[in-house]
Amino acid sequence: MRLKLATMALAGIVAAAPAMADLVFPSLSYRTGPYAANGIPFADGYADYFTLINQRDGGIGGEMIKMIECETGYNTEKGVECYEATKGEGSLIYQPLSTGITYQLIPKMSADGIPLHSMGYGRTSAANGKVFEWVFNYPANYWDGASIAVKHLLEINGGSLEGKKIALVYHNSAYGKEPIRTLEELAAKHGYELSLLPVDHPGQEQKSQWLQIRRERPDYVLMWGWGVMNQVAIQEAANIRFPMENFIGIWWSGSENDVLPVGDGANGYKALNMHLPGDDFPIYEDLKTHVYDTGLAAGAGDQAGSVLYNRGLYAAMLAVEAAKKAQEIHGTAQITPSMMRDGMEALVVDAALMESLSIPNFGPEFDVSCENHGGSGLGIVQQWDAAAGEWTQITDYIESDKDVINPLIAEDSMAYAEENSVEMRCE
Amino acid sequence: MNEQFLFAMEVTLNGLMAGVLYALVALGFVLIYKASGIFNYAQGVMALFAALTLVGMMEGQVPFAHLINAMFGTDIHHFGWTVPALAAIVLTMGVMIFLAWAVNHFIFRHLVNQEPIILFMATIGLAYFLEGFGDLMWGADIRKLDVGLPQGINLWIDEITFNAFGYGFFIDNLDIVATVVAALLVVGLVVFSQYTKQGRALRAVADDHQAALSVGISLNFIWVLVWSIAGFVALVAGIMWGAKSGVQFSLSLIALKALPVLMLGGFTSIPGAIVGGLIIGVGEKLFEFLVGPLVGGATENWFAYVLALLFLVFRPQGLFGERIIERV
Repeated sequence: MRLKLATMALAGIVAAAPAMADLVFPSLSYRTGPYAANGIPFADGYADYFTLINQRDGGIGGEMIKMIECETGYNTEKGVECYEATKGEGSLIYQPLSTGITYQLIPKMSADGIPLHSMGYGRTSAANGKVFEWVFNYPANYWDGASIAVKHLLEINGGSLEGKKIALVYHNSAYGKEPIRTLEELAAKHGYELSLLPVDHPGQEQKSQWLQIRRERPDYVLMWGWGVMNQVAIQEAANIRFPMENFIGIWWSGSENDVLPVGDGANGYKALNMHLPGDDFPIYEDLKTHVYDTGLAAGAGDQAGSVLYNRGLYAAMLAVEAAKKAQEIHGTAQITPSMMRDGMEALVVDAALMESLSIPNFGPEFDVSCENHGGSGLGIVQQWDAAAGEWTQITDYIESDKDVINPLIAEDSMAYAEENSVEMRCE
Repeated sequence: MNEQFLFAMEVTLNGLMAGVLYALVALGFVLIYKASGIFNYAQGVMALFAALTLVGMMEGQVPFAHLINAMFGTDIHHFGWTVPALAAIVLTMGVMIFLAWAVNHFIFRHLVNQEPIILFMATIGLAYFLEGFGDLMWGADIRKLDVGLPQGINLWIDEITFNAFGYGFFIDNLDIVATVVAALLVVGLVVFSQYTKQGRALRAVADDHQAALSVGISLNFIWVLVWSIAGFVALVAGIMWGAKSGVQFSLSLIALKALPVLMLGGFTSIPGAIVGGLIIGVGEKLFEFLVGPLVGGATENWFAYVLALLFLVFRPQGLFGERIIERV
């Protein structure tokens, strides 16, 4: 009887355990709730890239990818639950697409020894690898975004913003407040006047903020928004006839979802991006052959080419390349989360790599090191063409002002290190 | 005239307009609570569902297309036609009436005489079901809602005020339309409840449903009727809010804007919803204008509730609510 029970228990354990040969990449997605319209294209792009690698290349280094999707609803508590539920599956990396979830996961994942990649979101000072061993935010962070926007304005103003007025319309949350310090530092450096206009969640009613903009007539408006706040802000800007070419959103305020509901009124609106928009890349041929035409596309299969779909592809690509690097470093295809972290820290993304991956010039060139987990901090400016219904890249990759940003990163990360008694690395 | 005073006037006018939009959402809550004593948590989701259905109809979208495609391996999304806005509104209203029937038939018919908290919990369940059902039926994409409503600055008001004060006021054309629609809606509801047989029956049920039953009024019919009217109000609110932000799932959160209005205006008064909306709209906008800059802004969400609580201290039943005296 005992033997029988032991056999049954063993069988249960074997059945419940993940297939250890698979490389597990969890996807903390949100396909439901108020932010679903943004969560779906990202999740689809993320899943489709892994499917492509499995179908076309037979996985990574011969090991198939197993993607576990867990619905967070963009809710921090649910995100943490998803992490707890999936971390035991052998998960190699988490990319939660939420600053709130990222903040909660930083201490947990650091303790569990699993790498966290918050691409263009999350805690900005995590770029300091000396303090944040398990957290990465390459290729660019919020402070890079603020600086890239100001650099673009400098460029179109002949190198000077002296006497100009810039307003920041931001989501009144940890995410929205991220660029304030950087913009204040840059204001001191370049002589512009900064005004701050917070918008409470969810941002459906912004009349007060845009009446203030109409009264104070800033030369430029920057936006750190997400979800419905973006569409309402762009609509209100159109309503007060604010020149759209002087309105610039961060990369989380620059998808088709943000401009299409406004129609022609959104024409000329600008947004930053950390990768190129559109589907004019050879990889889409591969996706068509191996994913779309074989009926393996994620979701409804109708998001290809959108900004957030491309971002999902890009995030998955960076994860896959880090896994390859980890396999190369450790000489084994069956990598652990710790090995994955080593791969991420040794990641080099250059033009040749992107060319070989059928995504030429898709993202910025950057490399990651023990000290620098934030990449090169490069981004482009794209502009919405309402008639064509597409984003157009209007600048090359712009580098952020490291003289301003690096000291801020050092200050914030050192404060974190002191608070949490973190021992310095890379020394 | 003093510049700050002009700005305050502009803010007040915009607050009034915003208040009308809040009142549109609050009206749906009031109608159902008045007739059945149910605080309908699902009212915001009903506005979302109505707007999703309207856009889906207008675009000729196949309902449950994703489900059909997944089950049968097809690739259908649209019927290939579009429906004019007015016809789509009528069709959507048909869907909302069916929804009212279904809600009553499958849920509330079985909960007659239950505690109010049970009924409230049922509406929470309904809200989550309806949100998921709407997603399954129409998808989660953000869609532009274009039923021909004008949007953007009203140039006439801009010009008139500029000539009079040297500063042109901004009033959104959509807000003006919303105000007119809300006024028509209130007049229509008042006429309906005062001068029609069904309206009188509805009031009878609201006053004492057992007495109403004893004179032959069908409770089922009245509940379907009132949920249908609330569905119509939800459709109007969905159109107005959907035109501002596109039709998307965060539309359901507009219910948050109605709560302080209900606290202030009372749960049982249609004029209360309107006046409450106006007070909340003006109060929060003026507070943001005058005090916001001193405290870092973003005061509107919480100040609306502070204002409502202040009123409650002096009138616990709300401005127009019925005073309930229970003798022990």
